[in-house]
Amino acid sequence: MARITSSVYTSHVPAVGAALDLGKTAEAYWQPVFKGYDFSKQWEKEQKPDVIFLVFNDHATAFSLDLIPTFAIGTAAEFQPADEGWGPRPVPKVIGHPKLAAHIAQSVIQDDFDLTIVNKMDVDHGLTVPLSLMFGQPQAWPCPVIPFAVNVVQYPPPSGRRCFMLGQAIRKAIESYDEPLNVQVWGTGGMSHQLQGPRAGLINKEWDKAFLDRLIDDPEGLSKVPHLEYVREAGSEGIELVMWLIARGAMSDLRGGKKPTVRHRFYHVPASNTAVGHLILENN
Amino acid sequence: MSLDKPYTDIPGTTIFDADKSREGYHLNQFCMSLMKAENRARFKANERAYLDEWPMSEEQKQAVMARDLNRCIALGGNIYFLAKIGATDGKSFQQMAGSMTGMTEDQYRDMMVKGGRSIEGNRKIGEKK
Repeated sequence: MARITSSVYTSHVPAVGAALDLGKTAEAYWQPVFKGYDFSKQWEKEQKPDVIFLVFNDHATAFSLDLIPTFAIGTAAEFQPADEGWGPRPVPKVIGHPKLAAHIAQSVIQDDFDLTIVNKMDVDHGLTVPLSLMFGQPQAWPCPVIPFAVNVVQYPPPSGRRCFMLGQAIRKAIESYDEPLNVQVWGTGGMSHQLQGPRAGLINKEWDKAFLDRLIDDPEGLSKVPHLEYVREAGSEGIELVMWLIARGAMSDLRGGKKPTVRHRFYHVPASNTAVGHLILENN
Repeated sequence: MSLDKPYTDIPGTTIFDADKSREGYHLNQFCMSLMKAENRARFKANERAYLDEWPMSEEQKQAVMARDLNRCIALGGNIYFLAKIGATDGKSFQQMAGSMTGMTEDQYRDMMVKGGRSIEGNRKIGEKK
C-alpha cells in the first residue's frame, strides 16, 4: 500500500524563483534564504519520494475570476509552468500521477469533501518555487507531483478546520492505494506577509513562530484559529497558512500514531515582502 | 441579513471578498489578459485603446493608467491580478507592494530587511502603538 512518509512545509515567494532563475542565490541578500534549504535538498536525495502531493495556491494564473474552486485536484498527466506575466519560469514541466490523483479524488469526495477535478492546468510559482527550493535546478523533477490548489485569493478561503480535516481524508485515500508508493504531502505558502495597501510589508515573527510550534505540537488546537486572526496578525496574504493544515492533517499521529519527528525547522525574514518558514516532519 | 465583515477594522487593508470581486470583475479580468505576450504588447502600444475594449468604469481605467494600485484595490482590484500590470511594466512584487505604502522603493526595501512592518499599532484602526 502507499504510505505518507513525511510532510514538508515552505513559503513560496515569487522573488525566490526569480533569484534562482537569474543566478542570484549567492548574493548576500539571498544567501541566508537558500541556506535554510541546504539540509532539505540533501534529505530529499535520501528520501527518494515516489510522488509528492503538493498543496498550493494559484495566484490568478490557472483560475481567473471566471472560476474559483475552493479545492482543486490536478489529475492531468503533466502541467506546464505558467507565464505569470514575466514569461514562464525556466523549470521542468511537472509530471502528474493521474492514477493516484483520480483515486484520491474519488475517495475524498466520498468522504464529503467536494473537490473540483482539473484535467488541464498550468502551474505558477506557488507550485514551482517549493519544488525548486527542495530539489534545486534539475533537468527534470525527480518524481511525479499531484497539484492540489486551494482558493486563498477571494475571501473566504476554506477554514483551517476544514483544511485540517481534509488532510485526514487525504491520508486515508493515499493509504488505501494499492501500489507501495512513498508519498510526501507538502503544504506551502505563508508565512506572515501582506502585499497590498498601506499596511503592505507587515511581518509578525512572534505569531509565525507560535504557528510553527503549534503546527508541530497542537495542530488540532491550531486548526480552530479563525480567518480573522490570520488576516489581522499575519497579513492579508498570511492567510495562505491554512494550506499547511492540510499537510499536517495527513500525518499519522492524527489517527493514533506517534508524534512526527521534526527533521528540520527554518525561519528567515525577509524574502522580498515575506517571512520564509520551512518545516520537515517525518512520520514515525 | 448582510454578510458579517469583521475584517473592515484592519488598518491599510482591503479584503477581497465577494462584493469586491463583483465590483472588480472586469478590472481583474483585464489584468488576467496581460498574461499573454501579444496582449502585453498591445496594451503597451496604446493603453487607453486596450482598456476601452473592457467594460470597466472610467475610474478603474484612470486608476490603471495612473498605476495607482491603492485606487485599483478600492475599486475592486485584487493584488494577484494587479501584479500582471506590474509584470508588464517590469516591476517586481516588492516594487508594487512598496508603491502602496507611501514609502520610496529604498525605504520599503530597508524596512523589509530590518524585519518588516511591525504588527504593533497595526492590528486595528485606532489602536495605540
